[in-house]
Amino acid sequence: MANGTAQNSITLRTDAWWISPLITAIVLGSFGIYSTWRAFSNVDFLVQPYLSPFYSPYILASWWPFSPALLILWAPLGFRATCYYYRKAYYRSFFLAPPGCAVKPLAKEGSYTGESKFPFIIQNIHRYFFYAAGVVLFFLWVDAFHALWFADGFGIGLGTIILFVNVLLLSMYSLSCHSFRHLVGGKLDVFSKCPTRFRLWEKVSGWNENHMLWAWVSLFSVALADLYIFLLAKGIITDVRFI
Amino acid sequence: MSVAKLRIYRGDSDGGQEVEYEVPVEEGTVVLDAIHFVQANYDGDLAVRWNCKAGKCGSCSAEINGMPKLTCKTRLDTLPLDKPITVHPLKTFPIIKDLVTDVSWNYEVRKKIPPFKYPEDTDWKMQQVDVERSQEFRKCIECYLCQDVCHVLRNHNKKNEFFGPRMMIKIAELEMHPLDIEDRKEMLREAAGIGYCNITKCCTDVCPESIHITDNAIIPLKERVADTYFDPLQWIIAKVKGS
Repeated sequence: MANGTAQNSITLRTDAWWISPLITAIVLGSFGIYSTWRAFSNVDFLVQPYLSPFYSPYILASWWPFSPALLILWAPLGFRATCYYYRKAYYRSFFLAPPGCAVKPLAKEGSYTGESKFPFIIQNIHRYFFYAAGVVLFFLWVDAFHALWFADGFGIGLGTIILFVNVLLLSMYSLSCHSFRHLVGGKLDVFSKCPTRFRLWEKVSGWNENHMLWAWVSLFSVALADLYIFLLAKGIITDVRFI
Repeated sequence: MSVAKLRIYRGDSDGGQEVEYEVPVEEGTVVLDAIHFVQANYDGDLAVRWNCKAGKCGSCSAEINGMPKLTCKTRLDTLPLDKPITVHPLKTFPIIKDLVTDVSWNYEVRKKIPPFKYPEDTDWKMQQVDVERSQEFRKCIECYLCQDVCHVLRNHNKKNEFFGPRMMIKIAELEMHPLDIEDRKEMLREAAGIGYCNITKCCTDVCPESIHITDNAIIPLKERVADTYFDPLQWIIAKVKGS
C-alpha cells in the first residue's frame, strides 16, 4: 500500500458499491449455467422454421460425437469473453479485481499482472473473435429470414419476430465493438484524408457509447430466443402466427 | 441551518487518525468550504492543498466517504448528512500532512513520455476534424484522481511498471495528433505497462472533467499496441502497404 498511514480497511465507501457487481455476477452466472446446459443438451433446438441461436449455423458432422453447438459457440463466447465491456464486468464481479472503485481487490499486493501476462494477455486478440462472431452473425440473419418461411408458405410468427429482434440486437452489439471502432477508422491519425472512414468511425463511435447496453440486451435476447424455441419444442407453448 | 459532522484525517508519514468536527451546512456549501471552516474555527494547522476553488486547478483532490473527488466540487447536500463524512488524503501517494500528499511521482513519470515530434517540413496547417480527438484529453486538470483510484497503483503499487490513466491520456493525446511522428507503442507495452490496465473504468468514473479515459484513450491505445504486437493480419497489411 502506497499510503499506509491513511487507510487500511477494505474501503471507506459508505454507499452500496457491492450491489452492482453482485447483480452482474448473478445475471452473468445464470446465463453461463443456462447456456452451458442448452449447448450440451443437443435437443429441443429446432422447431421449423425456427432454429435456436445457440445451434446456428447447424452443423451436422459425422466425425463430431458431441453437441453441434460446441462447434460454433466458441466464437460468440470468445467475442463476449474478450469484450472490453464484459472484461470490466467480470473482473469486478468474479475476480474482484477490484470489486468496486476505491475498494480493495482480492489479489495480494504485488501479485497482479493484469493483461500483461498469460492468460489475460489473450484479450489482445479480441478482434479475431469479432471476425469469427461476425460469421456466426451472418448465419443468424439467414436463420431470421428462414423463419419467414413456414410449411404452408410465407408467414410471420412470434418466433420470427423474436429471431429478428435478437439478430438486430446482436448486430448492434457487434457493430459497437471497440475493436471494430479502431479498425474502421480509430487507428488513423489524420481523418481528413479518409473522409469515408472518418464518417464510419463517427457512426461506430456513437454506437460504441452504448456498448454496455447492447451487450446486456443482446445477452438477454439470445437467451430468450433459445428459451422460446425450447418451450415450443417441448410443447409447453405454441407459436403465435400473425400472418 | 443544518450541521454536518466531518471526520478529517489528521496525521503525517508517521501515522494519524480521524478527528471529528461539526460544520454548518448552507445551500451550496462544498467540502472545501467545510475544511476552511475547520481551519478558521477549530484547527488552524489543518493542512489542505487548494487553489482555484472552481474545479479547474486540480489541487484539492481527496477521498470523501471513500471516493476520490475534488473537495471544491463536492457539495455537502449531495452526501448523506445523517452519518459523519470522512475526508482522507489520496491513498495512492505518500502523505505529507493531513490532506496533503506528495504527487511528485506523476511529474517524474510524465518526463518519461517522448514529447511531440513533428516532420522538419511541417506547414502547421491542421483540420479541426483531425485535432478534435486530442482536444478532449487536453481538458485534463491533473488532479490525479484517476491515478489515485486506479487499483494497479493504489493497491498493487505498480508504480515502476505502470504509468497510470493520466499518463495514458497524455500518450493518447500525442499519439493521435495528426502531425506527431513519434512511435510510442513499444514504450506503451513495456515501460508504460498498458497491459496492466484491466478496463475496470474507475479512472473514467472519477474524472471531474468527464474525459472518457478508458473508451477514448486507453482502449484505442491497447488496440494500437495489438496492431503492432498481436495481429498477424495487420502485419501483412502493413507489409503490403509498405508502411
